[in-house]
Amino acid sequence: MSAPDPASGTERLSALPRLPRDEGGPVFAEPWQAQAFALAVKLSEAGHFTWTEWAAALAGELKAAADRGEPDDGSHYYDHWVAALERLVAAKGLTDPAALLERKEAWADAYRHTPHGKPIELRPNPAAPPSGV
Amino acid sequence: MGHTQEPHDHDHQAVPSDLTLRVKALESLLVEKGLVDRAALDAVVDTYETKIGPRNGARVVARAWVDPAYRKRLLTDASAAIAELGYVGGQGEDMVVLENGPKVHNLVVCTLCSCYPWPILGLPPVWYKSAPYRSRAVIDPRGVLREFGVELGDDVEVRVWDSTAEVRYLVLPERPAGSEHMTEDQLAVLVTRDSMVGVGKVSLAAVSGGPS
Repeated sequence: MSAPDPASGTERLSALPRLPRDEGGPVFAEPWQAQAFALAVKLSEAGHFTWTEWAAALAGELKAAADRGEPDDGSHYYDHWVAALERLVAAKGLTDPAALLERKEAWADAYRHTPHGKPIELRPNPAAPPSGV
Repeated sequence: MGHTQEPHDHDHQAVPSDLTLRVKALESLLVEKGLVDRAALDAVVDTYETKIGPRNGARVVARAWVDPAYRKRLLTDASAAIAELGYVGGQGEDMVVLENGPKVHNLVVCTLCSCYPWPILGLPPVWYKSAPYRSRAVIDPRGVLREFGVELGDDVEVRVWDSTAEVRYLVLPERPAGSEHMTEDQLAVLVTRDSMVGVGKVSLAAVSGGPS
């Protein structure tokens, strides 16, 4: 991508509320956290939302959690990251909550029915008739 | 996540955590719609797994090289010795450290999926999760090592360790010759992720930031 990005990687990260990181960058405890991180970065780079919109969505989730009285120790930071991502992609019309839920169940089903040692793949025909799957 | 719910000997795979499934749902739907490119996502993740992940493990290895008492604790009770450096977490699995030497080379794999010591090595690299590595590491470990650039003499015994949900392995690589004068911090820079999985050796040439 040759279009100049108004915010460099570092500036983008520093725009985020309390991103867990050290001098090398963000710190992830588990793979899904890195995948969720990459999704937000790449969707924003592709122009589906601005980084400012993203930071606002994440801040909203963090504030909501604090308002619910959840401990603000960073341990659930990426839980909120995923929730913000789900809300923002729905708000932008990229997908919708029903499709996400259906797909989530399809993945769980795939894990339950895939023998050990085989890659997990979605089954072509889930029990329910596919709608947008 | 991943392997917390069920042991490995079931005939299907453990269903991962709710958050893992939600992220998979997001990713697969958005990739299918062409809104985001999977290779680009993998590139972001890969950057962080190689740049950030293995540093904790490197500190453990460097400490073991300079402190014989720590090395002994690490080899007898790895979980506790690793926790001494402040690295805790994961899913409560036991850590076991395997020491490489002139006559023994240890190699770690997870044949069933991709169990990996996240708290100290970060995220597993893409090749570790790949079917060819998972199957060939057991069948032809010397061939796999050769592809990673590690040639072992016939007198070196290769031991392959299959990770499970309950036990994760870390390889303690050989300290490179010529590093006797180096400090713990300098040594930690030398230690690569691959050397701690057993598909690489540590060499002085690996010093990052050097002119050559």
